[in-house]
Amino acid sequence: MVKRSSREIHSDAPPSAARDPNPAAAGLSFDPDDPGDLLGRTVTINAPRQALYAFWRDFRNLPLFMDNIESVQVFDERRSHWKVKGPAGSTVEWNSLINEDVPGQVIGWISEEGAEVPNSGRIEFRDTSNGRGTQVTVNIVYDPPAGKLGKAVAKLFGREPNIQARQDLRRFKQLMETGEIPTSQLPETRGEPR
Amino acid sequence: MRALTWQGKHDVRVETVPDPQLVNPRDAIIRITSTAICGSDLHLYDHTIPGMKHGDILGHEFMGEVMEVGAGNKKLRVGQRVVVPFVIACGNCFFCRKQQFAACDNSNPADKSDPSEFAYGYPMAAAFGYSHLTGGYSGGQAEFVRVPYSDVGPLVIPEGIDDDKVLFLSDILPTGWMAAVNCDIEPGDVVAVWGCGPVGLFAIQSAFLLGAHRVIAIDHHPRRLQLARSLGAEVLDFEEVKVREALAEMTGGIGPDACIDAVGMESHGLTPDNILDHVKVATFLATDRVHALRQVILATRKGGRVSIPGVYGGIADKFPIGALMEKGLQIKSGQTHVQKFMPQLLEMILDGKIDTTFLISHHLDLEEAAEGYKNFKEKQNEYTKVVLKPRFTRH
Repeated sequence: MVKRSSREIHSDAPPSAARDPNPAAAGLSFDPDDPGDLLGRTVTINAPRQALYAFWRDFRNLPLFMDNIESVQVFDERRSHWKVKGPAGSTVEWNSLINEDVPGQVIGWISEEGAEVPNSGRIEFRDTSNGRGTQVTVNIVYDPPAGKLGKAVAKLFGREPNIQARQDLRRFKQLMETGEIPTSQLPETRGEPR
Repeated sequence: MRALTWQGKHDVRVETVPDPQLVNPRDAIIRITSTAICGSDLHLYDHTIPGMKHGDILGHEFMGEVMEVGAGNKKLRVGQRVVVPFVIACGNCFFCRKQQFAACDNSNPADKSDPSEFAYGYPMAAAFGYSHLTGGYSGGQAEFVRVPYSDVGPLVIPEGIDDDKVLFLSDILPTGWMAAVNCDIEPGDVVAVWGCGPVGLFAIQSAFLLGAHRVIAIDHHPRRLQLARSLGAEVLDFEEVKVREALAEMTGGIGPDACIDAVGMESHGLTPDNILDHVKVATFLATDRVHALRQVILATRKGGRVSIPGVYGGIADKFPIGALMEKGLQIKSGQTHVQKFMPQLLEMILDGKIDTTFLISHHLDLEEAAEGYKNFKEKQNEYTKVVLKPRFTRH
């Protein structure tokens, strides 16, 4: 495959659909030499753009549909503290800063200096031109460290990070469209993997 | 409660399991009064559909009385009699709003929807009691069942109508109806139906109601062919005749205008392609046996229509793509958008235009369900449809 830097891109698809996803192309990057991994996904949600933005913008709502998040503590308009399930009952925590906020349209966030797992994300809400509701695109970039912590990171974002992001976004859509998150788990096994 | 559980290939057992509970606001709990064994349950019984777990409660054709209703359901009331569609649909998503309920984007839980997304490109909707590929929800071959999005699916049945008259609104009647609708029947059309199981028989009935001039039914069980004939179809026993030649001769060399594959991946027949399919399935070189579908595509007239209500799950080998393209066939398929068709079909039942009770060969106690499965599979001639009745003894 030709390296992305040496070749002009002609496709109209978003960066997350690239064969070699580049966080810089999604407006998310820590270090141009070591851009990290990009996760991206778009869903169409049959709900008003403003309502979706408002729900997401209150980060305390995120644990409702993001499986690995234990809690999000909001300090002020821009800063929050995230607590996420790690391996073997441990937790990984960091402070996050909102670095982009266009009401009804975009929310961007980045971990503060010194986070164990530097990560950054951006969610965009767009009206569909064909009357199908709101297109929601989430891009997340994270910089997985090597070694033991790397494993923790893999766990942090799910065993397969893309799967975790996809399932979280699916739960967000389900909650926003139907008012609840469907589950088939039986009461006595709920919360445990079947 | 007592429920029919899946334990492995050809091993289903009625066991005592915990009662279902309301989980989400739009849920309801239904006390089952009647539930049927579906031909597609045999795919699970034969373990030709993956994603089954020990103890899963089977059953997707059921009806009963509303016992409990969640706070988010403003439509159902305790005590109402309802028939429940086998497809679980949210009613809110893009697909449900287009009445493509079997494509519901939300009913399959996020932790269950990855395998079908990998296999089919997009995650499938959920169904009751039909593997963890379609949600892993407990089914209705039980005393009670939890129904998610119960303000969308369940259809309230007027008092004084026997269960047997309306039970099949849950799946096979709308499935047979949609199979015929998918044929886009025009005046003068000859429709051929492969498989005279419940769906095939209801497809025959539906094709006539939708204006088919003639219907020709294909099977090899004498009793099933007799039922097809009683509905007005001409019949072919594929053990007696060469099916494509017979259809060509009976239509003056033109061929049937529309053909329905109501067989799916369990097709029988001692032709070389089918034997090869058996070998390949056994050695995992292919997953679906498509003998009936190959024959359907060759038999359909040039420019004709093919409708596939029969269930397939995987990948076909030796699919006659050339015949499909060169003859200009149109194919329509899919799981049934049950919620879309239920109200009009209930009207037709109440008006006496459709009778479904002729199909039922056996009423069994839920406790006898395992025997019902065995006989429905092995004695297809006698066992055309098994309806199970829970006994409601408390355990």
